[in-house]
Amino acid sequence: MSITKQEVQYVAKLARLYLDDDQAEVFTEQLDQILGYIDQLNEIDVQNVAATSQSIATENVLRDDVVDNTYDRELSLSNAPLKEDGFFKVPKVIE
Amino acid sequence: MEFEAVIGLEVHAQLLTNTKIFCNCSTKFGNAPNENTCTVCLGLPGALPVLNKKVVDYAMMMALATECKIAPYSIFARKNYFYPDLPKGYQISQFELPIAEHGKVHIDLGDYKKTIGVTRIHMEEDAGKLVHDGVGSDPNSSYVDLNRACVPLIEIVSEPDMRTAQEAVAYLKKIRQVLVYLGVCDGNMDQGSLRCDANISIRPVGQVELGTRSEMKNMNSFKFIEKAIEYEIKRQIHVVKSGEEVVQETRQYDSHKDITLSLRSKEHAHDYRYFPDPDLVPLRIDDAWIEEMRSALCELPDAKVARFVEQYKIPEYDAEVLSSSRSLADYYEETVKHIDAPKAVSNWIMGDILRELKNDKLDINECPITPKMLADMIKLITDGTISSKIAKTVFEEMYTTKKAPKVIVEEKGLVQVTDTGAIEKMINEVIAANPGQLEQYRSGKDRLFGFFVGQVMKASRGKANPKIVNDILRDKLKG
Repeated sequence: MSITKQEVQYVAKLARLYLDDDQAEVFTEQLDQILGYIDQLNEIDVQNVAATSQSIATENVLRDDVVDNTYDRELSLSNAPLKEDGFFKVPKVIE
Repeated sequence: MEFEAVIGLEVHAQLLTNTKIFCNCSTKFGNAPNENTCTVCLGLPGALPVLNKKVVDYAMMMALATECKIAPYSIFARKNYFYPDLPKGYQISQFELPIAEHGKVHIDLGDYKKTIGVTRIHMEEDAGKLVHDGVGSDPNSSYVDLNRACVPLIEIVSEPDMRTAQEAVAYLKKIRQVLVYLGVCDGNMDQGSLRCDANISIRPVGQVELGTRSEMKNMNSFKFIEKAIEYEIKRQIHVVKSGEEVVQETRQYDSHKDITLSLRSKEHAHDYRYFPDPDLVPLRIDDAWIEEMRSALCELPDAKVARFVEQYKIPEYDAEVLSSSRSLADYYEETVKHIDAPKAVSNWIMGDILRELKNDKLDINECPITPKMLADMIKLITDGTISSKIAKTVFEEMYTTKKAPKVIVEEKGLVQVTDTGAIEKMINEVIAANPGQLEQYRSGKDRLFGFFVGQVMKASRGKANPKIVNDILRDKLKG
């Protein structure tokens, strides 16, 4: 096993997901398989390859600082399950 | 045992760009909630962020102004956490490979000077705003405004080089001054354009290892920052002296009670799971771009102070006050252009002008007296048209009516009386009206000289040239 059930529960907690014990069991097994599959990459020697998080060799994609806000506020709010007075409405959060 | 404090600051500065860091939405403050939003800053699936070039320019300017080394290659990362003001579930920031590192800032504490290291400067997006009170119908809801989401910030992280609350404040003031000079941030702490977190720990004097630190949040004025840090240092020393240990935690300053409180909800360490953002390509900065930004820099505060001392021969203190903002320094230089009296101009600006502006809560740009008017007034003093005492009256009149000093002097008949005949006449009258005092003076009561000067000035309604009054009066009183 390359991942433990505790780790799965920890990641779930960070992602604000509730998993019961049976679900955690299932996901641990599935994630273990996925990680095992990805682990095959470790067999390749990448010592002389620069690290990247891109699959395209592009740099410096930049835009000019010009306002172009044609988006309608109603459209912005249209998918929200709860809204009021132009705000998105969520359960009360106070830190 | 004696303790010393170790303080490092993280300063977030909102950049004065027209648009957000990764989309074309306006950054305008005060628009209706969620008016400045689009697919990108709402974090809708499939929307792609594109970096605003101006943000890079501004970050580079601040990096150069703080003597940082600009990275030829930097990348953006995702900082993952859940909060309703963060629609994507992550904040785009820089983690490994920030845009700039290894800078320094010079501070002046009056008694001594010190250099504070800048660890790094990185670019990131701001979060939205949660409103709990005063809006909506449901007290059990929070209301989310995403206008501020994706507004560009730079975070300036210092080395733990500060040892007192005063040093921390001096550093923050310097950072703010430079940001405002460069025109990359408005420096407004009330509105949150400039925010500051402090990492504070203590250790026995002589110890090299750092103690456990606490992080102070929610400090929105220089005064609060100083008090909060002072309180926190005392608290930690007390904890250690009572045989307990300082715990690593985030604390909040309560300005009403002047204490710091633990923020319990943040006691668990955050696990942000940073990783490079695959939606954003790397940023490569070549020397040509760096040089372009270097030549775009204005004269910075330290250089300006040095130049003022050298060029105008004014004290360093004057130069520092006059250079506190670019607009004030410009005002000074514009005035000196009209009249070659650098110290007199400095005295009027540092005294009367700054006092009036402070009373009226005005900026130097809103000063009713233009540099030309101030120069003209000082000219009237140096050429003997008015006395410095009358000048105060002219100044006040000028400040309230915006009339030219010459006009005020003419309208109010404030021209200094230098006509010896007229002054002599007044003196004769004063002496004649006060025979008792005259007798006392002549029998040795020298102090009464001041009384006679006062009477003559009063008779002339302050307009008699004091030197001429003194000379003639001394002569006359001898008898």
